[in-house]
Amino acid sequence: MAAETQAATPAAKAGGPNHGLRIFLIWIVLALAADLVLWFVLGPHIPPGRLGSAAQGQQFDNNVMIAMSAPVLVLVLVYFTYAIVVWRRRPGDDADGPPLHGHSRIQALWITVTSVMVLSLAAFGTYELIVPYGAGGGEGPSPIWNPPGAELTAAAQQRPWAPGHVLVVQVIGQQWRFTYRYPGLGGFETTELVLPVNTMIQFDVTSIDVIHSFWAYQLGVKADANPGVDNVAYTKTQHLGRVTVRCAELCGLWHGAMFNYGKVVTVPQFQAWASSTSVALADVTKLLPPYSTTYDPTEIAHLGPVLQKLGLTGAGGGYYPPQDPSQP
Amino acid sequence: MAIETEPGTTQHPGGGQPAGGAARRPWWMRPAIHTGLIGAVIGYAFGHWLGNLIASGYQQVGTSDQNDTAIVLGYLFMVIGWLAGLGVFNDLFKQMAGRRLAEAENGNGPGGLAQYFRFHLDHKVVGIQYLVGMIIYFCTAGLLAMGIRTELLSPVHHVFSSATYIEIVGEHGTMMMMLMTSVILGPFGNYLIPIMIGSKRVAYPRLEALSFWLTPAAFMILLSALLLGGFHMGWTGYPTLSIQDTSGADAYAFAFGLMGISMTLAGFNILVTVICYRAPGMRWSRLPMFVWGILGTAVMMALAAPVLSGGMYMLLTDRTVQTAFFTDQLGGSTYLWEDVFWFFGHPEVYILALPGFGIVCELLPVFTRKPLFGYKVAAAGMIGVTLLSFFVWQHHLFDSGINPDMRPLYMLTTEMISIPTGFIFLVGMGTLWKAKIRFTVPMLFCFAFFFNFLIGGISGVFNSDAPADVTEHGSFFVMAHFHYTIMGGLIFAFMGGCYYWLPKMMGIKLNEKLGYWHFWLMFLGFNSTFMPLFAVGWLGQPRRVFEYALRLQTLNDWVSISSYVLGFSILLFVINFVWSTVVTRVRETGNPWESRGLEWQIPSPPPAYNFEHVPVVLSGPYEYGSEGSEPVADLNPPVGVLAAAFSGSETARAEA
Ligand SMILES: [Cu+2]
Repeated sequence: MAAETQAATPAAKAGGPNHGLRIFLIWIVLALAADLVLWFVLGPHIPPGRLGSAAQGQQFDNNVMIAMSAPVLVLVLVYFTYAIVVWRRRPGDDADGPPLHGHSRIQALWITVTSVMVLSLAAFGTYELIVPYGAGGGEGPSPIWNPPGAELTAAAQQRPWAPGHVLVVQVIGQQWRFTYRYPGLGGFETTELVLPVNTMIQFDVTSIDVIHSFWAYQLGVKADANPGVDNVAYTKTQHLGRVTVRCAELCGLWHGAMFNYGKVVTVPQFQAWASSTSVALADVTKLLPPYSTTYDPTEIAHLGPVLQKLGLTGAGGGYYPPQDPSQP
Repeated sequence: MAIETEPGTTQHPGGGQPAGGAARRPWWMRPAIHTGLIGAVIGYAFGHWLGNLIASGYQQVGTSDQNDTAIVLGYLFMVIGWLAGLGVFNDLFKQMAGRRLAEAENGNGPGGLAQYFRFHLDHKVVGIQYLVGMIIYFCTAGLLAMGIRTELLSPVHHVFSSATYIEIVGEHGTMMMMLMTSVILGPFGNYLIPIMIGSKRVAYPRLEALSFWLTPAAFMILLSALLLGGFHMGWTGYPTLSIQDTSGADAYAFAFGLMGISMTLAGFNILVTVICYRAPGMRWSRLPMFVWGILGTAVMMALAAPVLSGGMYMLLTDRTVQTAFFTDQLGGSTYLWEDVFWFFGHPEVYILALPGFGIVCELLPVFTRKPLFGYKVAAAGMIGVTLLSFFVWQHHLFDSGINPDMRPLYMLTTEMISIPTGFIFLVGMGTLWKAKIRFTVPMLFCFAFFFNFLIGGISGVFNSDAPADVTEHGSFFVMAHFHYTIMGGLIFAFMGGCYYWLPKMMGIKLNEKLGYWHFWLMFLGFNSTFMPLFAVGWLGQPRRVFEYALRLQTLNDWVSISSYVLGFSILLFVINFVWSTVVTRVRETGNPWESRGLEWQIPSPPPAYNFEHVPVVLSGPYEYGSEGSEPVADLNPPVGVLAAAFSGSETARAEA
């Protein structure tokens, strides 16, 4: 910059380039460009996709926050770059800068704008959390934001399921596997997550040993699996497709290997799968403890070896020999 | 009593009398690190024996083939033996016996290199001890991170077994999170705060020295977990995993709890020092911003760290004497742990941010040659972060089901914390306005701090949004976020502080050319390592896994290779540190940065008791550019001025 008019007084506006205007112009152009590109080009590809309604809601949230934060990011970066380029010390210039201690209008403006942004983001987040029934996150045993037809007691969950209604799927976490129990379809338990399309799913997540976290990525669902707690989460399946399930809470040696895959299929396909699986597992289902929202592995530990032999786990007490995890 | 009222009388940290001519014993007979180690070995053997005596009949010990009681008691007596061997309790017993405290025995005399290996009551010695200790801890934990990245080079081929991998992850996380809380408060806070506020000493030199000597114990105990089979629950130690885990979990809980005590003591000492030991004229409105930052940190440490120690104690009793705080079937709850842990854990992450804010606010005026823009805004930002930090912890538990209906509340408090954080950016940007920026190495680290913390802060807003957090929670996105704030913020500020203050603390300037290399490699290596991890997390990779989706291998490999560059840059720093302070030793005793800070107005390194006379502070530390502004302090005030200043405060105290 050739403009070397160094006004040493605080009233430095007179003479010299109008730095504020320059920064503002560069910022507004770059911020607008960034927002347009991010919203229209990158936006549709932002994770976690649109297979579940909760996932779609999260994608929308991410996009709104990207659109809001990009101008902030651009402003700070433009300002710092401008400062580094323009306000660097010239060789041989050992003088001090102008003694500006503050600027009350700019300070008030900054505080007002950031406060308004932050508060509106909090209001937006609250709306996006409550309206889509908890946005796919775990809501504890008795959620107050739930869809019509939600089944919150073990008895209600065991009423036969019909297409169009909320489908209850119990997820049982244990080291190092998730199993799924379908109380509305006879109460069988499988290692395979199969879901009907265009259906509101209610996951009832629990654990029989340590804390896990059930993360169905494409559905936008994450709910901690706590021992002795029923943690409910909602999402609506919107397309056919594959679902990746990973454990998202460190649960021991093979936490990294605790994943499997599920699928969203058509309603007739789902019904066919459910009835055939129900029949195939009928012998095992008889051995399982009665359906419940949580299980106490110490009470049913004698079933463990039986079920291990049958290749089934979870509700029946899992892989553990009775004294491990050691209970006093 | 705040400050010695008579200028010229020497103050004795710890209240000891001047040396009474006691003959010095040979070095190996005086308490130091070697006697501490002997004490530790004896203590462990005794504690282990005692634990076996008490607990070998427990049913749990019989079935599990491990005696946690013996291990915990071993650690307990080991720490007592270590401290006794260091001579921590000597003065206590001497005073109880009515004997005079000889200064030489306290380690207060002038004493070369040996003094750094002893329990020493001079805050400047403790500061250097902390500095070297922190660099060692940071590098150890950093090497473990290299191990993690090496394992993640391939999604299917494994360098480590799954057990070893989880042990490395846990050691890296715990070591960083427990010891780096003191990475700035320990060295720079202890060394510089008394000098910056014009005091000859700290309030509680014994607590300060004790807070340091607990850190090597915590470090060694944490590492010893590897000998006991490691621990497999990460740094958060969630039960019931941490209750069923092998004996390594005892080491985790004991070390972390011990470090909680160290943090409490360190924070309490700084807190009282800043409030009570300011020189006359050092008003709250003239307090350097670094002191404000450390003050906020000290408040959080003093209030949050005791909760950590309590939680760790509960975990240890669950593991040994079979209490059931966290066992669901016996009336306990894993939620209790999550609450207690994060009630500490969230203030902690601001313990890991605020000192960095302090350093950049302190350095910017010096290298822009301008007053700090909006001093009150900066102080308000730090106070705001300190207060809000105690009201956000449930955002770690958005998906846990603990209190789902309160998520909007915690979303609000969490997002509100970006308002005071934004103040720091306003202050930084305002200070740069029409500045005369000097691109020294410390200034480059300040710029990098703002860049990194900007990304860390904005990604934090994504995490605070409960719906978006459903995907991000527990994924690499969160991991990248907090590495941007802690590594990118705290550690970059620490490095800036090293280059800036080492001439003050050691009278030696670090090599500048190596410094520029270090900076650029670290800045590029850091961003190249952690920027892609946002994408990795968003694309579905959970934390602490050793197997991941094949399609994410390219990104993971990029990150791993960048992390080696980052590691190399830290190696350059260590080389620079050792090369400059041990080999070349280029003296720098003046005020190389032409700073107005009070600490730069006295010789480097500062003499014993810092100031010959208690200074009278005349103006703020950032009055650059004002013609004829007063010097920052009168280092040799006329006796009348001092007396007047003190009589005012004395009467005020008498009236209160
Ligand atoms: Cu798991």
